[in-house]
Amino acid sequence: MDMKVAKKKLGLKEKYRLMTRDLGWEPTYRAKDEVFPYVNYEGIKVHDWDKWEDPFRLTMDSYWKYQAEKERKFYAIIDAHAQNNGHLNITDARYLSALKIFLQAISPGEYAAHKGFARVGREFPGVGTQVACQMQAIDEIRHAQTQIHALSNYNKYYDGFHAFADARDRIWYTSVARSFFDDAMSAGPFEFMIAIGFSFEYVLTNLLFVPFMSGAAYNGDMATVTFGFSAQSDEARHMTLGLECIKFMLEQDPDNLPIVQGWLDKWFWRGFRVLGLVSTMMDYMLPKRVMSWREAWEIYGVENGGALFKDLARYGVRPPKGWDDAEKAIDHMSHQFMLGLYQWSFGTSFHSWIPSDEDMDWLSAKYPTTFDKYYRPRWDHIRKLAVAGTPFKNFGLAKLCQTCQLPVVFTEPDDATMSCHRETEYKGEKYHFCSDGCQHIFDNEPEKYVQAWLPMPSLFQELNGDIGAWMNWVGLRDGEDNGDYSGSRDQRNFDQWRGMATSNT
Amino acid sequence: MSTVFIALQANEETRPIIEAIEIDNPLAVVNRQPAMVKIDAPNRLVIRKETIEEQIGREFDLQELHINLITLGGNVTEDDDSLTLSWAE
Ligand SMILES: [Fe+2]
Ligand SMILES: [Fe+2]
Ligand SMILES: [Zn+2]
Repeated sequence: MDMKVAKKKLGLKEKYRLMTRDLGWEPTYRAKDEVFPYVNYEGIKVHDWDKWEDPFRLTMDSYWKYQAEKERKFYAIIDAHAQNNGHLNITDARYLSALKIFLQAISPGEYAAHKGFARVGREFPGVGTQVACQMQAIDEIRHAQTQIHALSNYNKYYDGFHAFADARDRIWYTSVARSFFDDAMSAGPFEFMIAIGFSFEYVLTNLLFVPFMSGAAYNGDMATVTFGFSAQSDEARHMTLGLECIKFMLEQDPDNLPIVQGWLDKWFWRGFRVLGLVSTMMDYMLPKRVMSWREAWEIYGVENGGALFKDLARYGVRPPKGWDDAEKAIDHMSHQFMLGLYQWSFGTSFHSWIPSDEDMDWLSAKYPTTFDKYYRPRWDHIRKLAVAGTPFKNFGLAKLCQTCQLPVVFTEPDDATMSCHRETEYKGEKYHFCSDGCQHIFDNEPEKYVQAWLPMPSLFQELNGDIGAWMNWVGLRDGEDNGDYSGSRDQRNFDQWRGMATSNT
Repeated sequence: MSTVFIALQANEETRPIIEAIEIDNPLAVVNRQPAMVKIDAPNRLVIRKETIEEQIGREFDLQELHINLITLGGNVTEDDDSLTLSWAE
């Protein structure tokens, strides 16, 4: 064993003080308000920025060291994946639909989070906050890059991956995640922290990355597990930062409470709607499933979210307004959304399918109160139509919610046989919503949401309703990227290559 | 009572860390899932540098945890010797 060198290492607290607080300075030839012009207009009162403490006390020197190690581990596995026919080791090519949605909707969100944290890191006056935001900005661009890099290997072999950036900007289902991030990035710095640091990191990433990535492992997808867990190793720090920001605002001034509560209500519901995509990925798109969306919600929503709000009650915070409606939606949302994706599959850059008998038995076991009653009969009917050669296709355009931009496919919280639809008239125009939650959000900030870019109206304004031109514009190759999995090129290729990989003929 | 938790990647580096957590937290429940391990505990969970060092036989900087950390739930308090997760009772 090496002799210990008698050089006293700095303690964690001391090091944190030197490497963060000591890097700040008081401006002398410009007023502080001029240097940080955006911290006051949201109404959040801060009396002492030095009270902001990163619970992990991570400093830049350690940050680089550990991030470099994460990257080395990541690339070792990505190289092995590419060198060892990783694209053939997945359970079934149906699984790829989940990855395509991930790449089109979520990875660009990582990039948006990067831009947002780079911005708020500049806008907040506290040094501890600046350093934490700077680290997170670098993390998020790393996530975007490693995800795109890992999935590029699948793009060599399968359809639907190639135009993810255009899909992100232009296709309809991705605008759900896009509008979430656009909404956050066009908010002030404190609201941004609640939107991303709290709603996205604390409420969503657990549900998105943890059971889903474990599911990727279960489905033989080494590349995704690797980027997922590599990203998630940063998320624990991001969640802690989001929670720290909330506690900081609440401790700084009692006047902050109603503002923070309003943001929690808003961003919980915004986040919950983005989870509509995730619930479907988990319940329908993983050929081998680790847990159902319901089970994941029990752990990370009910148990962990519940614990968090119980903890925050000491500041006077109550659970978000949409909490009960969310709970009522859990047993329905993945089914309703998958039925929507299936009927509009001409317009998705991934494949959907009718669940097999085995899949449906799993779904009824996991959703004993809803699946057989409401959804199995619909899938059975759809299957009959498919067998008869008249598959159920909807070439009409979905009506989208002005706030969350999901198609209005959900039902009333207390009646699963009634479709839920809300309307607000504002300055002579009618706006449609999928839920009370989304309507309230609009009603609080109508001037913001009337400006929302929605993919369906654009199709008519910019392309005169020409579906072929629209497909070109969003990067969707008809007959290759879209439609039913059964009979698709992905299915044919996977079966054929897998046959070649496991035999010599 | 609320549950705090920590999830780590399942690999050779975390095996002794998980053992150390079990030693220091008799009430902790270890759930093994594909590629990951999630450890739940009622209200409080402590991760101690010294116990980890005893398991791995070398010095360990608690911040090395970041490399294999997947997620956690609870308020974080960290100093040189321990990392604690807790919810207000
Ligand atoms: Fe991220
Ligand atoms: Fe993040
Ligand atoms: Zn909505």
